[in-house]
Amino acid sequence: MTTTADNRETLVPFDEVLERYDPALGLEVHVELNTATKMFCGCPAAFGGEPNTHVCPTCLGLPGSMPAVNRKAVESAIRIGLALNCEIAEWCRFARKNYFYPDMPKNFQTSQYDEPIAYEGFMDVTLSDEGGDGETFRVEIERAHMEEDTGKSTHVGGLTGRIHGADYSLVDYNRAGIPLIEIVTKPIVGAGEKAPAVARAYVSQLRDLIVALGVSEARMDQGNLRADVNLSLAPKGSGVLGTRTETKNVNSFRSVERAVRYEMQRHAGVLDGGDSILQETRHWHEDTGITTSGREKSDAEDYRYFPEPDLVPIAPSREWVEELRGTLPENPTEKRARLQSDWGFTDLEMRDTVGAGALRLVEETVAAGAAPQSARKWWLGELARRANDAGLEIADLGVTPADVARVQALVDEGAINDKLARQVFDGLYAGEGTPDEIVAARGLAVVSDEGALSAAVDAAIAANPDVADKIREGKVAAAGALIGAVMKEMKGQADAARVRELILEKLG
Amino acid sequence: MPESLSRDEVAHLAVLARIDMSEAELDHLAPQLSVILESVASIQGVASADVPPTSHALPLTNVFREDVVEACLTPEQALSGAPAQEQQRFSVPRILGDEQ
Amino acid sequence: MTDLRKTAAELADDLASGATTSVELTQAALDRIAEVDGAIHAFLHVDAEGALEAARASDERRAAGRTASTLDGVPIAVKDVLATKGLPTTCGSKILEGWVPPYDATVVAKVRAAGLPILGKTNMDEFAMGSSTEHSAYGTTHNPWDLTRIPGGSGGGSAAAVASFEAPIALGTDTGGSIRQPGAVTGTVGVKPTYGGVSRYGLVALANSLDQVGPVTRTVLDSALLHEVIGGHDPKDSTSIDQPLPALVEAVRQGASGDLAGLRIGVVTELGGEGYQAGVLARFHESVELLTKAGAEVVEVSCPHFVHALATYYLILPAEASSNLARFDAMRYGLRVLPEGLDAPSAEDVMRATRDAGFGDEVKRRIILGTYALSSGYYDAYYGQAQKVRTLISQDFASAFEQADVLVSPTAPTTAFPIGDKVDDPMAMYLNDLATIPANLAGVPGISVPSGLADEDGLPAGFQILAPALADDRVYRVGAALEALLLEQWGAPLLDKAPALDGASR
Repeated sequence: MTTTADNRETLVPFDEVLERYDPALGLEVHVELNTATKMFCGCPAAFGGEPNTHVCPTCLGLPGSMPAVNRKAVESAIRIGLALNCEIAEWCRFARKNYFYPDMPKNFQTSQYDEPIAYEGFMDVTLSDEGGDGETFRVEIERAHMEEDTGKSTHVGGLTGRIHGADYSLVDYNRAGIPLIEIVTKPIVGAGEKAPAVARAYVSQLRDLIVALGVSEARMDQGNLRADVNLSLAPKGSGVLGTRTETKNVNSFRSVERAVRYEMQRHAGVLDGGDSILQETRHWHEDTGITTSGREKSDAEDYRYFPEPDLVPIAPSREWVEELRGTLPENPTEKRARLQSDWGFTDLEMRDTVGAGALRLVEETVAAGAAPQSARKWWLGELARRANDAGLEIADLGVTPADVARVQALVDEGAINDKLARQVFDGLYAGEGTPDEIVAARGLAVVSDEGALSAAVDAAIAANPDVADKIREGKVAAAGALIGAVMKEMKGQADAARVRELILEKLG
Repeated sequence: MPESLSRDEVAHLAVLARIDMSEAELDHLAPQLSVILESVASIQGVASADVPPTSHALPLTNVFREDVVEACLTPEQALSGAPAQEQQRFSVPRILGDEQ
Repeated sequence: MTDLRKTAAELADDLASGATTSVELTQAALDRIAEVDGAIHAFLHVDAEGALEAARASDERRAAGRTASTLDGVPIAVKDVLATKGLPTTCGSKILEGWVPPYDATVVAKVRAAGLPILGKTNMDEFAMGSSTEHSAYGTTHNPWDLTRIPGGSGGGSAAAVASFEAPIALGTDTGGSIRQPGAVTGTVGVKPTYGGVSRYGLVALANSLDQVGPVTRTVLDSALLHEVIGGHDPKDSTSIDQPLPALVEAVRQGASGDLAGLRIGVVTELGGEGYQAGVLARFHESVELLTKAGAEVVEVSCPHFVHALATYYLILPAEASSNLARFDAMRYGLRVLPEGLDAPSAEDVMRATRDAGFGDEVKRRIILGTYALSSGYYDAYYGQAQKVRTLISQDFASAFEQADVLVSPTAPTTAFPIGDKVDDPMAMYLNDLATIPANLAGVPGISVPSGLADEDGLPAGFQILAPALADDRVYRVGAALEALLLEQWGAPLLDKAPALDGASR
């Protein structure tokens, strides 16, 4: 048995991987809750703040300190569990996960081990691909449990600010103790070539669910939604699970997809070469699109779990659970069906919308007054293209649903046309203001002054006598050239349909 | 179940517990630990499988705190015991391991 | 000074009547400490300034008619395992040398709010692991009855301070007998409350499921008075009982009347006999006789699983302690030691070197044992099994309490042994806790009351009374009854027989 060679990874082409191997995925997502206080103490759980200003004896782990459980965090955990169709434990405890690390004040993390508060659930994930036939993929949830976040260290003296090569570190415990819910899937098998897409869709749609519950901002770019990706390959059709690697530092939905794809290719390269996969934690690099090996552990970490003796068991009454079930937002599958019906979308249109991660955006755009098809057109067309070019998620473009609704309203009013609308979006990306302000500032309004239009049409007719003759003879199609000339003259700020009308009026 | 601890096992446990131990200390400690372990091993088989474990003497459950902010320590207080500090943070020597 | 021999209750009366002031009392205590603590070494830190300031504040309150409590103005000593804001808290360990907590333990805050001046912090076995105070990193405390002998442990400092009249009362903590056993070997009173009855917030944890804070005093009434100050629910301690304390002082007054008609006393077969010093047993049986003369009925009860209590305890405690002590890693507070011969030591290097230098042998033994008991592959056989045997022990108590209202035994198997006798023999040391450990495992309350002096050596022995969980008033009632009966028999408090210490005047 040999280990992988880190400096020369062999990547098998993706399609070939699937010829010989079946991938199995596992996703561990950490959600940082938006409670006012930390999991086990009354310190503010707020983002930011000067270092070590949101700490107390408990979250600092001072000798003698003791934890006290945040009720709101437990509620959020139960609601997440219910939204994921989980069983809610009738009785469960916290447990200590013991290991030494300077960002953990007690050198143990108060978490849950074999008694999670929620377990055995599922989430139906909607996929859509270019081929046109999307599908629903059921991801089974192993468990969701409560734990506390660690402090944050900054590494001083190394080249990259990363831990390797640093001279020393500075630790801020503001984040220590903030409530985390860890959601773990069961091994996801049978996704085959769709594994990267399933991983991405799961994290993205899980995020939507969390946001709909109102329990977290759940932004990967802010660290309040974190995903670790586990992947293994097994010989095709073998039905066993291979050795898995865990990849961390995956900070966006796209990275999830890319990391899965990369690891599949890398694992295949190792296995094809007759070597074994080293069970290890790897680090994803967004810039280079590869994973590298984390520091190999000298022995498997033995966390020596035991029930937390400073806390008493949590036994949520079934009444409390039902009360919380009543606070859940609409079930995603039901919601999608309702929206699809309301909007009159075809199955494909709906799947594409969900698959593009645009469902909530379209919904909000419709709520702001736009027609559903218009909302879809903009988000899945122009804006999706822009996002892709810029390497961003569509939600991060700086364009709001309200903006999109307003742009469409301006088009509907005839104030601008589709082409001009694209220039308005340019202005929105650049942060130039509201759609109306941009139209005014850039002078994009369609000219509706009949006199000016008429004059421009006359000028075009005069400048193109041959074309004018053809139209007089009845070759209406020739009007296109004149329309083009007028539009050019008007710098695009004319309603092309009206221009055509005027031309035909004038030329009989 | 082994009822004594070899010197190597003690050395391994010392690593897990992050305590440096000299050869002399290991020589001294291992036999003492074995004696203790022999004695405590006497509980093997005392409780049958259907006896539930006690982790708390009291049958309390559902003790919660409301999600309301309470007073914090000042940074000066928080850092008052720090062996080294810089920029209002705890200064610690270079960390070798990876975050979990 | 005769004042110092008075009980806290008597001193409270004197303060109320104006016969003395808190400043006088506190100064007298400080003078006594200065006089004898060189020989006793009960204190690790004396806060003369802070104590006198608090005493002045107490006298001012009293003058303004705003006394904070019955014990307002009575000085107190605090075991160094409790966090005291502004005062060093070492837990008897080098690893916390000079650590000054930025917060008060709840019991300390209550004591301050009740107006008691804190004289200082008392010596203890390192991190409360021990039965003799010999494992303190700051030198052992000496038993006032015989300075060549141990004062018990882990709270030998508090017991010795009270027994030598340095402080009228003190706070201790009891995980396996650390209040009761020192009480027994120093001729003082010590109480372990029902688990959860007193807040543990600010108590540096040894074994979270076993630890309790309790009073260390010379009389049962003093313990009840102090217990009523410190006890009660604390939202910061999730394991604390959310019910009012029973009326403890009232129970003492009832018990002192000496009438125990209808009371059933259970003598536990397994807590006596072989391994128990003859003189200790003699005083025990005489005390049981006295109680029957006062109307109590005696029954023999068997708690068969108590023979496994020691093993159970010495698995549960090290497991919990090994995790509790992981935080001492040189990063945020306490000792930081750089390993020799390394140019750029890593955090791990520093952690390991610091913990090697900062922890004593007994602490290291228990951390290693605990790490082992929790490690995968061994959890079920050791820690897991121990928690089950614990259930059996609790069940033994439950059925015993169906036959008797209280259970009794000698508090400790022997009187105070010479310093150095057992310090290198861990198992021999652990045997001191035989009788006290079961109560911690089950969470039931217990008191140790002096039963007299053993014939062989003229040293004190203790009588232990245990009651069901939440029935703390019962241990006070029966303890007070026995105390009154013995006092009548002796004609004077037992401590009067203790040798005068250098410079002490009567």
